[in-house]
Amino acid sequence: MTQRSGAARPPGEPRRVAYLYLLPAFLVYAAFLLYPIGRAVHLSFFDWDGLSLGRWAGLDNYVAIVTDEGLRAAFGHALVLIVFYAVVPLAVGLALAAILHHAKVRGLGFFRTVVFLPQVIAMVVVAVAWRRIYAPDGTLNALLGALGLDSLTRGWLGDHTFALPSVGVVGTWFETGLVTVLLLAGMSRIPGELYEAARLDGAGAVKEFFAVTLPSVRGEIAVALTLTVIAALRTFDLVYVTTRGGPGDSTSVPSYEVYHRAFGLSQVGSAAAIGVTLTIVIFAISFGINRFADRSTT
Amino acid sequence: MIAPTREGRTTRSPGSRTLAVLAAAALTLAACAPGSSAPPAATPSQPGASAVRTDAATLGDVTLTVWDQEVRGGQAAQMKQLNAAFEAKYPNIKLNRVSRSFDDLNATLRLALSGNEPPDVVEANNGRSAMGAFVKAGQLLPLDAYAEAYGWKERYPESVLRYSRYSADGKVFGDGNLYGLPQVGEVVGIFYNAAKLTELGLEPPKTWEEFQAALAKAKAAGEVPMQLGNLDKWPAVHVFGTVQSRDVPADQIRTLAFGRKGASWNTPENTKAAQQLVDWVGKGYFNKGFNGQGYDPAWQAFGKGEGVFMIAGTWLLADLQKNLGDDVGFILPPGATVGAAPVATGGTGLPFAITAKSPHPDAAAAYIDFITSAEAMKVLTDTGNLPVADTAAQKVPEGPQQDVFTAFGTVSAENGLVPYLDYATPTFADTLGAALQDLLAEKASPQEFLATLEKDYKTFAESNG
Repeated sequence: MTQRSGAARPPGEPRRVAYLYLLPAFLVYAAFLLYPIGRAVHLSFFDWDGLSLGRWAGLDNYVAIVTDEGLRAAFGHALVLIVFYAVVPLAVGLALAAILHHAKVRGLGFFRTVVFLPQVIAMVVVAVAWRRIYAPDGTLNALLGALGLDSLTRGWLGDHTFALPSVGVVGTWFETGLVTVLLLAGMSRIPGELYEAARLDGAGAVKEFFAVTLPSVRGEIAVALTLTVIAALRTFDLVYVTTRGGPGDSTSVPSYEVYHRAFGLSQVGSAAAIGVTLTIVIFAISFGINRFADRSTT
Repeated sequence: MIAPTREGRTTRSPGSRTLAVLAAAALTLAACAPGSSAPPAATPSQPGASAVRTDAATLGDVTLTVWDQEVRGGQAAQMKQLNAAFEAKYPNIKLNRVSRSFDDLNATLRLALSGNEPPDVVEANNGRSAMGAFVKAGQLLPLDAYAEAYGWKERYPESVLRYSRYSADGKVFGDGNLYGLPQVGEVVGIFYNAAKLTELGLEPPKTWEEFQAALAKAKAAGEVPMQLGNLDKWPAVHVFGTVQSRDVPADQIRTLAFGRKGASWNTPENTKAAQQLVDWVGKGYFNKGFNGQGYDPAWQAFGKGEGVFMIAGTWLLADLQKNLGDDVGFILPPGATVGAAPVATGGTGLPFAITAKSPHPDAAAAYIDFITSAEAMKVLTDTGNLPVADTAAQKVPEGPQQDVFTAFGTVSAENGLVPYLDYATPTFADTLGAALQDLLAEKASPQEFLATLEKDYKTFAESNG
């Protein structure tokens, strides 16, 4: 049905008019996203206390991210959080979704709701609740005490070794539901014939999982990983409410440092540089994940 | 985009043109430095004593916007009462009160002050990161002319006023222009549970030795000797300050805490103080998991009878009294001997300051004068606060409240108040808080701990000139 009448022009209105339709949305986008980002990049080249005249600092703020031990550590902590926010939930979510999908349990909707519930609660509320659980006289220690494991009790969030994993576990608890529900949705679209064929070929439950289920939900895995990795890297509220980066600096993360430097230490330039770097890291990682997923689906 | 020139007169290669454009862009970037739209950093002109008007009733219709942090029980009550009385006395002045918690106020004040219509009166934290930064940026009005006109220097002792003094460039803290006036006093001392002490057969300690003996006895009896919740990083600063001021001379602490050149953290006395704190941890004098316990849960636990002692500030009095009644007692940290001059960490509540851009500085000053007057001090007392001036003149029932009034009256009269250590540099609250968590968890030795503090202090003191 191609109608090539005269000029080799695609049908419909002239292309340029399309930009006019985009304009309103673009203006909003530019005013609330592009301009602030540009401004943040601009600020990151200054040594500025937020009040008086800034001093041009060139790349100093960026150099500090690499050379400053504390900042390097903050990015390191964010990587540890990726394990708790993305890797563990993915493993647990895959297992849980496979079981729920396979077993055709009664009350699937109920389980799905329960597993998804943490996502519905605001992170600040989650953090306050977990702060109580981890308190020296909190639920976790009471539970350990009841089991006769008194030697394991401690002030979890104040312990240099356990504070970061403790914060991470909250992330795991929070993200697992999202990952599970995403994967369940993906698995429900797998045609039954595939499983039938696998079974005819003599595959067991495990082999079936790796040969059929896993490859079919690759797209969902990519989505889940993107969402959870981003959540891990930009963790702020959880750390702010539970530990404020402590004890010492053992749970400080980049997003917390952005806030802390801008509003606590009056180092706005440095805060902006961390923010810009974090944005680039997040962009690179999610780009990488999506490239990986695209390549493997084709 | 720059349209390419048709004539082709440009002999420069496209590469060099890109470079030039980039360089120009960098120059513009550098030129429009952030903060350049703000008013010139020149110090706001000090109004002369003659230009100041104290007749608030004749100032015409004025609306004052006041930002305070008086949100808790007794604090909120006194503010409400005083504001109502002020509006009744001066019907031409309306108050627009904005009240935020300490943390929220600190986080928002910076942005509010850099705007074009900042509030008229603000409660700004004394330290360098707040009041010091605002002074440096020329955002607060020097109040010396008003102090002269209203007689504030007679009302408040210099030991109180110096916590709100800065040089005009914001570099020197504790000296120079007056930028604010506080309402309440604060002192960090030792709360004790009187019932527990009686049970243990002890009296409130009169010397530091006796205090440590009492801690040991409480531990042996299976009590929690000292309650501490250090999850929020800063509470241990008060404990360390108290221990430190037993050994380190007061003038050295003042030099360190006001961030001036000429002192050092690396001294035997500071090492001894840090070591003592570590020893206390080793002996189990603190509650288990104190680094993971929040500040509020900790004093609430003390209020419920967990813990014999607690090193904390007078601001907890009203809340503790609610739970423990007359069983809660308060003493200044005792010295080496019974007669030793009292020294304690403390100072004032947040001072009320006037913004440089306020169109009604006279009305604002009248307001500050009103809420810090002798009558106001009485209202503060009646609502369970600790007034910063005339403390000895106030009548309070015997018991804990009198303990606190006596303690503050004594220490301020004998000039024994030493500033909070976190005033020292803009980053010191953070440095000290984190370093103390490390020290108390024995992740850092006293020497490493002091080296961390020394680095922050020296870096700042050197660059500050």
